[in-house]
Formats: sequence, C-alpha cells, structure tokens
Amino acid sequence: MLEIEIDGKQTQVPAGSTIMDAAQLVGAYIPHFCYHKKLSISANCRMCLVQVEKAPKPLPACATPVTNGMKVFTHSELAVNAQKGVMEFLLINHPLDCPICDQGGECQLQDLAVGYGGSEARYREDKRVVFQKNVGPLISMQEMSRCIHCTRCVRFGQEIAGVMELGMANRNMHSEIQTFVGRTVDSELSGNMIDLCPVGALTSKPFRYKARSWELSRRKSVSPHDSLGTNLYVQVKNNRVMRVLPRENEDVNECWISDRDRFSYEALNCSDRLLKPMVRVDGSLREVDWSVALDYVAHGLKDVARTHGGNAIASLASPSSTLEELYLLQKLTRGLGSGCVDFRPRRRDFATDAKMVGAPWLGLRLSEIKELDAAVVVGSVLRKDHPLFAQRLRQLARKSGKVSLISVTGDDPLINLNARITVAPSQLPFALAAVVKAVAALKGIETLDELENVQPDAASVSIAESLLADGKKAVFLGNLAEQHPSASTIHVLANELGRLSGAVVGFIGEGANCVGGHLAGALPSSGNAYDMFVEPRKAYILLGVEPELDCHNPGMASAALKQASLVVMLTPFKSQAMLDTADVLLPVAAFTETSGTFVSAEGRIQSVAGVCQTPGDARPAWKVLRVLGNLLDFGGFDQESSEAVRNEIVGNPGEFAGGLDNSVAGVSVRLEAAQMDLQRISDVPIYFADSLVRRANSLQETRDSVSPTARVSAGTLKSLGIADSSLTRVVQSSGETVLSIAVDNAVPFGCVQISAAHASTSMLGDMFGAIKMESA
Amino acid sequence: MLTTESLQRIDREIEKYPADQKQSAVMAALAIAQEERGWLSNETIEFVANYLGMAPIAAYEVASFYSMYDLNPVGKYKLTVCTNLPCMLSGGVDAAEYLKAKLGIGFNETTVDGKFTLKEGECMGACGDAPVMLVSNRRMCSCMGPEQIDRLLAELE
Repeated sequence: MLEIEIDGKQTQVPAGSTIMDAAQLVGAYIPHFCYHKKLSISANCRMCLVQVEKAPKPLPACATPVTNGMKVFTHSELAVNAQKGVMEFLLINHPLDCPICDQGGECQLQDLAVGYGGSEARYREDKRVVFQKNVGPLISMQEMSRCIHCTRCVRFGQEIAGVMELGMANRNMHSEIQTFVGRTVDSELSGNMIDLCPVGALTSKPFRYKARSWELSRRKSVSPHDSLGTNLYVQVKNNRVMRVLPRENEDVNECWISDRDRFSYEALNCSDRLLKPMVRVDGSLREVDWSVALDYVAHGLKDVARTHGGNAIASLASPSSTLEELYLLQKLTRGLGSGCVDFRPRRRDFATDAKMVGAPWLGLRLSEIKELDAAVVVGSVLRKDHPLFAQRLRQLARKSGKVSLISVTGDDPLINLNARITVAPSQLPFALAAVVKAVAALKGIETLDELENVQPDAASVSIAESLLADGKKAVFLGNLAEQHPSASTIHVLANELGRLSGAVVGFIGEGANCVGGHLAGALPSSGNAYDMFVEPRKAYILLGVEPELDCHNPGMASAALKQASLVVMLTPFKSQAMLDTADVLLPVAAFTETSGTFVSAEGRIQSVAGVCQTPGDARPAWKVLRVLGNLLDFGGFDQESSEAVRNEIVGNPGEFAGGLDNSVAGVSVRLEAAQMDLQRISDVPIYFADSLVRRANSLQETRDSVSPTARVSAGTLKSLGIADSSLTRVVQSSGETVLSIAVDNAVPFGCVQISAAHASTSMLGDMFGAIKMESA
Repeated sequence: MLTTESLQRIDREIEKYPADQKQSAVMAALAIAQEERGWLSNETIEFVANYLGMAPIAAYEVASFYSMYDLNPVGKYKLTVCTNLPCMLSGGVDAAEYLKAKLGIGFNETTVDGKFTLKEGECMGACGDAPVMLVSNRRMCSCMGPEQIDRLLAELE
C-alpha cells in the first residue's frame, strides 16, 4: 500500500493505482473527459491535470501512478490554471450550439465549461467543420464538429465490444472519428458509445430531439430480454417511455447495456399495441369490455375442462414474463385440472423435467466470472443470445482466462478463444462427450459407459486440458444447448464434465425469467411446451408468446391453435396471426408498465415497479390472471399486490433465490448419430427474439435484422450440386420456402443455417433436424 | 490482391514481431503494398488489415496518419516539399512556389501527363540542408534552389 495525500486528505492505495483512483477514494473530484474506469488510459484530453509536489509541471491524474508519500493538489492555482487552459483549447473548435444539442443538460463538456471555461472566447478565427457520418440506425453522428477526440468510443470498441468499428482517421487538426469507408456500426453493444461520449457528437438516433434530459423522470427497471437481469433506468415523459439507459450495477451489467435493452422501448409506443379486450363473435373479433371478455374466458375454460377434461387445456408463457405472471398462470391452469403449462416454448427435449434436484441456473454469480481460470461454453451464439455475458467472457479472455467454445454456428464471438469446436447439431453431444472422454483419459479415471466409443480429437484434448488446470472453472450451456433435440444428454454430459474436472456447470438461460419460471412452478406435469402442440388441445392460454415465431416448431403450433375451440391470448401487442387465430385477445401491460419480479440466471431476485401506465384498457397480466382465478372460484387468488404474489413464491426474498441446483438424477446419456444428408441449424436472431424487439423500429433497421438466408458453406453447396444459384428452395418436415443463399464457410459441412423466429422461415418445422435444399 | 513477392516481404516483416502481434507490422505492410500498387486504395488497406488480422479502420488510422502513405493515386514521381518552419525560413515555400509554377499544379495535384505529383511535407529532419525535398518517399534532396530543382526535374524522366 502506498501513502498519498490529496488536497490535504491522507489515504492509502494499492501499488499501481493512479492519482485518479486515489482521488475517487478520498472523494476529490478531478475534471476529466477521456478517462473512464472501464476503459484503458489514453490521457489525451489533458483535462485532469493536477499539481504534484516536486513535479515541475502539472501531471495528468488519470495516467500518473501514485508513488509513496506523494502530495497532490487538485485545486491549487497551478492545477486550476492548467485545467482552465486545457478547457480553453477544447472549446476552440467546439461549436457553441448547446441550445440545439441533444446532449445539452447532460453534457460533461457543458458542465465543466461552466466551472473551468472563460465567459468569452479569445479565439476569433473560424472554427473547424467536420462532416456528419451515417453509421446506421442507432447512433447519430450528425454533428461531429462537437467531438473533442477523447477516443472513448474507439477504446470501447476495441476493449469492450471486441470489434473496432470506429477509429480516429487523419492527424492533428484534421482528426475525425469515423468508420472504415462509411460502414455502419454493427456491434450489439454499440449504444454504450452514446453514453460514453462526453459531448453531443454521438447521440441516440431514435431519441434525437424527442426530449430534454431535465424533462424526464428516471425510474428503475430491469431488462426483460435476456437472463442477465440487466439494470435499467427507464426515462419517462408524459407517461411515455422516451429512453432507456444503464443503471450501474457492478455485479450484474457493470455500466453497460446491450442495444436490445436500450432501444427495445420503441416497441412500447408502436401502433401494434392491443388497447381493448377482443372476443370472437360469429367469426370476427369485436372489442368488448373487460367484464365480458373475462366472463367469456372463464366460462369457455370451464366448459372445455368439463367436457374434455382438464388436460385439454394448455398454457404457454414467454420466458420473459414476470415471476408473478408465471406463478398465477400455472396456478390457474392447475386449478382447471390441467398439468399442461410451460414457459420454454423453444425447448424440444424435456427428459430432465422432474429429474432435476433444483432449478437450473448459472451455477455461479455473474461477478464470479472474472475470477474463472477456464470457461467452456456449449451451444451458444454468445454475442447475439447474451451480449453482456459474452462481454464478461471477453474480459476474462483478455485477462488470461481460457475460454473455449463448442457450438454449431460459425459466428465470431469476438473473444480470444483458447479452443473452438464447431460441429453439426447432431454431433454436438458427441463433441461434448469427446471433451468428457479426454478429461477422463487425462485424469485416468472412469467415465460413463455410454462414452466407450467416443474418440477425443486435438481440440477436445485442448479444452480438457484447460479444464484440468488449477483454479476455478466453469462449463456454461447456452440457448442452443437447451433448444437442442438432445438437450438432456448435453445436460448430463456437462454435469459429468463438471464432476470429472471440478468445473461448475451452469445454464446461461433463455429469457429473463429462466430461473424464475422454475421457482414459480410453471412446469408441466403433463404436456410440455412441445407436446402440447404435437397432441393438439381444445383450449390454449398464451401469455406473451407469439407461437408462430416463438415455438420450437412454429408451424405445428399454429396448426394446433387453428383447430382449438378456445384460444386466449394475453398480449401487449396484436399481430395478424393473433387476429386470425385468437378467440379472445386480452390486452396486458408490457415491460415497464407492470410491476413484477425477474429471477435472473444467477438467481438474483429483482422486483421492479411499473414505471408508466398501460395504454388503452390494457392491464397488468398478473391482475388479469388473478381476476380470472376469482371468476373461476379458485382459492388463493386474492393477492392485493404483485409483491404479495412474489412472497407466496419465494417468501420475503433476499438478494438471491434458493433451491438452485443443476444436478439431475436418473437421466441417461443417449448418443445416437442420426443420419442426415443435410441438417438445419437454427439461431434466434437477436432482434427477432421476443415480441418487444420485433416491434422496435430502429433495431429492425440494423444489419442483425436482415431477413434470414440459407447460410451454407461452399463445400456443402458443391456436394448438394447447387451451383450458380442465388436462391434455393428449402424443404423441411412441415413446409417449404425459397430463401436466398449466403455462402458462409464457417457453417459446418452438411448443415444449412436458417434463422428461426422469423415469419419467412416459420413454416419449415423444428429448429433442428433434416432439411432438403434444391435449386429454386 | 498483392503479388506473392509482396506477400513474402510482408511475411518477413510479420516475423519480426511476436506471433500474436501481427499488427505490429502494419506500417511496413502498408508501405510494401503502396510500393506495389502505387497508392493505397481502401481495398488495399482492407486487404492488408485482413492479412494482419486487424480491424480495417485500425489500418486506415495508420494509413491516414502518416503523410508518406498516399490515399489517392499519385504520378510517376511524387515530390514532397518541406514547408515547416526552418525550411520555410530558408526558402522552402519559394521552392514549392517555383515547382508549382514550373509544373502548373498546386499541392496534392498531378500533372496532366501523370508524371509529377506535388505534396506539402512535414519536417524531414535535415533542417540544416533546407530547403529539403523528397522524391517518391525514397530519395532525399537537399538545398533545393531553383537551379537544383531544374536539374532534378530534367533528371526525372
């Protein structure tokens, strides 16, 4: 520890700390622009100059390491003069356009100029003009003359997002922040550059000129998009969500949020909102009062249960529903005598259900990821499924942790990988088995009998070695591993790998309530999310799902809904498919409009309040379900608040949920290679993943939202005999369609990658399995 | 995009650095590419960036920072005149003006016959020999008064 005195205050800091770190410890504020605690030090804005005893000139606080006995003065005459001098230079070329600048009111330069700037400029010459750039639908670079070249955005790309998309071209007074030849910024974390920009050079395109920062009220919320439980500030003006910003929580999202979390709010204000309950009368949907609609639903469900038995009713919820909604939905369904309730619409293999010891979870806390020495991710399109989780692994890999990936898609995770295995979906269990076998062989111990014939290759040995090194290790199962037709085998193999190597096993988790759904008991005792469509039911209750996009086999789900006599949808949005199939549409609150709880992958229980009112007649879904329960005369639907519902499920909760365990008993490994000439790989594109992002206009204009193509390697194309064709007809079990071919040699041989969750591919069939491709 | 010979030269440069720091060779690689192609088009820069496993914008930062990289086509000979202070005080600006009049072009322009391009340069570290000129990045010419310039132009055929 080193002694340091700042402005007369003594403190101790660890060796290697900078004056800036020490100043933050004692609470002394040093003005700065380029310094950011999460980014590397560049010391190019010079705003943080301070006086150091015995130093002949002012030193930048962000880049000066503390030495023992150092005395620092942050507000001495020398320091303040230096800071004022730097400010004068920064303002030379900065336009005086604060009144029309989107950053006005929340601008670091504006704030500091008040403290350190002169009231009049001495510089009379022309200011420099920097032309605007178009970098896509999310970030506006319309007024680049405002840039003060702090390079935070550049360093963010290099260090946090993992891809350098912005750079500083040219030299000295000609320097400009730009992309390479006018390309777009496509990173899934790009929106953070807007927050990082200390001036109004990078601003939010969707938010531009919509509101002033002081007109907005900041309200706390949690992101419903992925299993991380990202903390948000939702900013509201006139009962309308205007903007979403990160709420710093070092243990969860640090100070970042993904673009999906940031821009999905646009969907809340879209024209697709369902505003009134609707009931199908004589073949067409009519708007009715809540009492009429709820009566209709209660009677309808009771009728179906009476005439066809309780199990003729099936309930399916989106994994981004709140804990309270999932709990009341399963309670209602069970009250009707049905055990057919689920919240995992994209899952295919349910063999581990009821065989699990506890609720599946991440296996460790998010904050422990940085302490890992090795991590293996199985079956995940990391960046697109879990942008911020991927970011944590990226930082781990930068810091010498070994990260390996076993997956079926060739996407670049922008992580410095220790090893990578990319195989066809049907081979994924074998690839994992090979690593298990390699670990067993290296340790010289026995493993599962079923792995007798598995032969590890060099890559699996390399992964095995990384897992056998000393320290903390983890095996993470991604969304693809959960959606896989052999998900239970993958789960058991991962547990075996954990047992042999001492690694923690965890699920990254699909959906904001991937753990919460299990705690809420929204699990089937008869008829899971797939079977409820294989054997069509008489009545369906759907909560926040769009089956034609969200289910493992959308075509099958749609067909089952068509034949049902009663389809009740609780949904914030309406779509053509809903208007065609639903018998009752009940408008419910969307994200930000309802109070509720999310239990994230790490088991963190986060309850949020509704931050604005629901539009039209929409009501929070937990209230709708509660009233339905009462109308049906079921007991236990008398909760006064969502907190009361929550306390019924998890007691009066602490920070983390209990009962989390990934162990599974009595499920055997089944390694059977299905023979397929060509098999489908389905990814769920980041901006098609749930009903909210699908309606966020700006996100829909990004490169990640282009219509699905048939991604296939040149080798596979050649073996199929498809040449000189830009279009292909793909035929799968339930249907066929014509897609354009995108040659991508990273896709494994014998596979074609066709994204799910999009209307253009929903007729095809299961997310994985045999598929045919022919010239169109 | 580049000839095998150029690629071999770039590989030689890459070998000078640790295997995981290929991008350290970016300046040399861009210079080699420019030597072969005459100038650095965006495509050339992107090719070099991909070859070194770095982001294209990172290579562009380098290419646009240093004035000896040409981001636009240049003539057969590129004449770079130093106009920094010591040269300026010793006739650097006059040398530039003389060249402009003689060739009928301004800075950053190329003669109609495609032979000469005139550039304004930064200090070349030979202020004692001012005014200083550089021919096609490789040949340094000292004390460039009008006579010496005439001789040089006659020589460059």
